[in-house]
Amino acid sequence: MTTNLRSESLDAGGAASAGPRVGVLALQGDFREHARVLAGLGARVSLVRRPDELEAIDGLVIPGGESSVMDKLSRIFGLQQPLRAAIAGGLPVYGTCAGLIMLADTVLDAIAGQESLGGLDVEVRRNAFGSQNQSFETDLEVPALGADPVHAVFIRGPVVESVGSGATTLASLADGRVVAVEQGNLLGTSFHPEITGEHRFHEYFLAKVRARVAA
Amino acid sequence: MTVSETGSSRVKRGLAEMLKGGVIMDVVTPEQARIAEDAGAVAVMALERVPADIRAQGGVARMSDPDLIEAIIAEVSIPVMAKARIGHFVEAQVLQALDVDYIDESEVLSPADFVNHIDKWAFNTPFVCGATNLGEALRRINEGAAMIRSKGEAGTGDVSEATKHIRKIRSEINVLRSMTKDELYVAAKELQAPYDLVVEVAETGKLPVVLFTAGGVATPADAAMMMQLGADGVFVGSGIFKSGNPEARAAAVVKATAFYDDPSVIAEVSRGLGEAMVGINVADLAAPHRLSERGW
Repeated sequence: MTTNLRSESLDAGGAASAGPRVGVLALQGDFREHARVLAGLGARVSLVRRPDELEAIDGLVIPGGESSVMDKLSRIFGLQQPLRAAIAGGLPVYGTCAGLIMLADTVLDAIAGQESLGGLDVEVRRNAFGSQNQSFETDLEVPALGADPVHAVFIRGPVVESVGSGATTLASLADGRVVAVEQGNLLGTSFHPEITGEHRFHEYFLAKVRARVAA
Repeated sequence: MTVSETGSSRVKRGLAEMLKGGVIMDVVTPEQARIAEDAGAVAVMALERVPADIRAQGGVARMSDPDLIEAIIAEVSIPVMAKARIGHFVEAQVLQALDVDYIDESEVLSPADFVNHIDKWAFNTPFVCGATNLGEALRRINEGAAMIRSKGEAGTGDVSEATKHIRKIRSEINVLRSMTKDELYVAAKELQAPYDLVVEVAETGKLPVVLFTAGGVATPADAAMMMQLGADGVFVGSGIFKSGNPEARAAAVVKATAFYDDPSVIAEVSRGLGEAMVGINVADLAAPHRLSERGW
């Protein structure tokens, strides 16, 4: 579209043509930051706003943003059921912050009528730290990603209040609150690796995508 | 021992990153805030009067009553912003104490200082500031603004100034991108902006913070046009709650902002919205009544 001054190539050049096809849910939020990280890691990235755009992807990232807005738009534009079906069918999905809320089976402090996609056997509380004045950055131990700590940015972020038997904790704050979980092909973090230059969560997710493509 | 840090640039700018692709709506009561959240607003701006009423009623416009701001914070779970007068650092201190999520140092209110803007680095709460051109945007960022909104002309329902300002900022960025390194010294002087920020914009092709558009957006097509012109999101002030059917118009603007490049969606959501706000043509406003000329 010639009038669109925002268009930018999301592919990382010719070498990316062999990479896994990863969609980024682009209804609202920092989807371009995820797209850039994924393209830099060799994925073929597309933005997803329509049900038919789910067909040609091997994995999906749900970005940071406002979960109540993503939920509303996903239902209005007919994405909720196809997304749930894709998750049930084993599509690898990584959600950051609002994306984690979208993946949680149960959302606490949701707005009236808010729904999630589900898939992660966890209870997540929205805005668990309070207002923006309580947003923070810190270092986290994430044993699954190696010995070096992960620098994590929490922005009006959620926490995982309870982890069901199906899900596994990947990281917790010093006070014990859970902020990263996985369950099969689903991965969720309360924080935003996409804005800190921390790529190990995206690599961890892409390994799931590649394994599924190979299978 | 793990150290946690609040109020860092990354944390402040990060919230604006999460608002991208969204609509921030002016609200003057908790009931309006509820309508905005239910319609899919990504944040609300808590005010006593929308710009159209400030314009109509005249007088000195100031920070809102803390009771009103707290009632709106209590009503919604999305971020709540509130306005302080340009240069009024004590109003900003009050807003920080009230725990608002973003402070708008806004030309819509009457300026409190005609020389200095607020030193925004001194605050834990992030700031958004208005700008009509690149130099003004970079001066605000140099003072600590974590988000910029192009000003437009608030309270008019006339989108022409918003168009002018977002186009101006984008074209000035494009000019910087085409310059050689030695030309950037003069560019910084002419923009009256810090050299380091000018170099950063020339290298990255964008502002170092999120850029929204504001001032005169009244229809779904207005919002989508601002997005196509390169805005990261839109502020809608008087345009929603001064219209005939705020619920429907708010939801329509949200959808048009997300699907800004899909004319079929914009056509669909534009149907049957009732009356838009009664507009004022910016050309009919005497220069002293143009809010976008406040701030420098």
